[in-house]
Amino acid sequence: MTELFPSSVEWFSVITLLWPGLLNTLWIAAMSLILSLAGGVLYAVASRSRFALLRLAMRLWLEAMRAIPLLVWLFLVFFGLPLWAGIDFSGSTAAILVFGLWGSTEAGEVFRGALRAFPEAQWEAAACLGLSERQIYRHVVIPLLIRQTVPPLMNVATRLIKTTSLTILISVVELTKAGQQIIERDDNALFIYGLLFILYFLICYPLSYCSGILERRWQQG
Amino acid sequence: MDWQFMLEQIPDYLSAIGVMLAVGGAAVFLALLIGGVFASLLQDTSPLIRAVICSYIEVARNTPLIIQLFLLYFGLPAVGVLLPPELCAVMALTFMGGAYFTEVFRAGFSALSEQQSQASYALGLSRFQTFRYILWPQVWQKQLPATAATACFLLRETTVVSAITVAEVMYTTTNGIAIYYMTYEFLTLMTISCVLVFVPLSIALNQLEHRWRHD
Repeated sequence: MTELFPSSVEWFSVITLLWPGLLNTLWIAAMSLILSLAGGVLYAVASRSRFALLRLAMRLWLEAMRAIPLLVWLFLVFFGLPLWAGIDFSGSTAAILVFGLWGSTEAGEVFRGALRAFPEAQWEAAACLGLSERQIYRHVVIPLLIRQTVPPLMNVATRLIKTTSLTILISVVELTKAGQQIIERDDNALFIYGLLFILYFLICYPLSYCSGILERRWQQG
Repeated sequence: MDWQFMLEQIPDYLSAIGVMLAVGGAAVFLALLIGGVFASLLQDTSPLIRAVICSYIEVARNTPLIIQLFLLYFGLPAVGVLLPPELCAVMALTFMGGAYFTEVFRAGFSALSEQQSQASYALGLSRFQTFRYILWPQVWQKQLPATAATACFLLRETTVVSAITVAEVMYTTTNGIAIYYMTYEFLTLMTISCVLVFVPLSIALNQLEHRWRHD
């Protein structure tokens, strides 16, 4: 058992080893968030389609992502797809794919809810005031949709960032794995995991805090 | 696909499902207790207790479960506390789930009218009686779908405890792949086990939400 806190020299190596892991975590989270937003729009539009088959497919996608734990999907894609389909992934790619598929349904449900709850009267009132279609979108529809979707989407982003830590189980070198490598070398698990705990909190808390603030402010306004 | 081999693995997977349900079930039970107590405490107590509970909620919700697990399992031995992995798993899941349940119940309380407790006190009921007989039945009834959804979420998160060598389904799978190199067979067994556990759970949850909405 070593000292709880590393000396100043070790700090340097801790930072140099954790930094790439942190970047990789943020990279995976950002890529899956972009995928989720794009997929979410598709999901929302398809869920409101006239074609029952398309709606059923979206419903099955949602239920599959919700019922089966994310880690199981991660394992299936990372270990399974190379065998079944002959496609070989890097761990990061598998993670981005799975998190993107999952995030698409979560973001998609947010978009779908906003579209369904959209007050038609707003549109008609704006048209009565003589606003052009472009002006209605610019000044009425888009601000309303932003208010309804941005706070929950920020929560989806927080969950995505937390979820990136799962990739350690398919041996991607992200923040958690980088920390583990330092521990294997230096044997100071409490300090490093404590540091990771704080790091994740520092990344996620501002997001969920802002989400809460925006939600309260925009609900009143 | 080696069917014979897969059949031989079934007992291992049955016990893995058992471990998963035991760990998840214990965590759901304890987290419900924590959520119930904390949500009640949040109703009216000193600002200090409220601040402590709110900080706990934020910390538990904004950190990944896997780091919470690692802190308990790999970190605590540094200060001389060595706990079995199953206990660490239940503790971490309870820590996380308690925060989520507190949020669920708090939302239920905030939907209740202030006059409910005032009327109850006016009738001479004690504080405990007011919570026990007036407020909690309503909160519980109102938040039943959200509570069930959170419990299901917690059970799904149980798969993550494989990271600290708890012998549940995911751990049995990675272990099996590492020992026998029979990826195909083990992944199939993993999928079957998870579908058997989580799909009925999900269907039951949907049924509950559906029925609750129409009552």
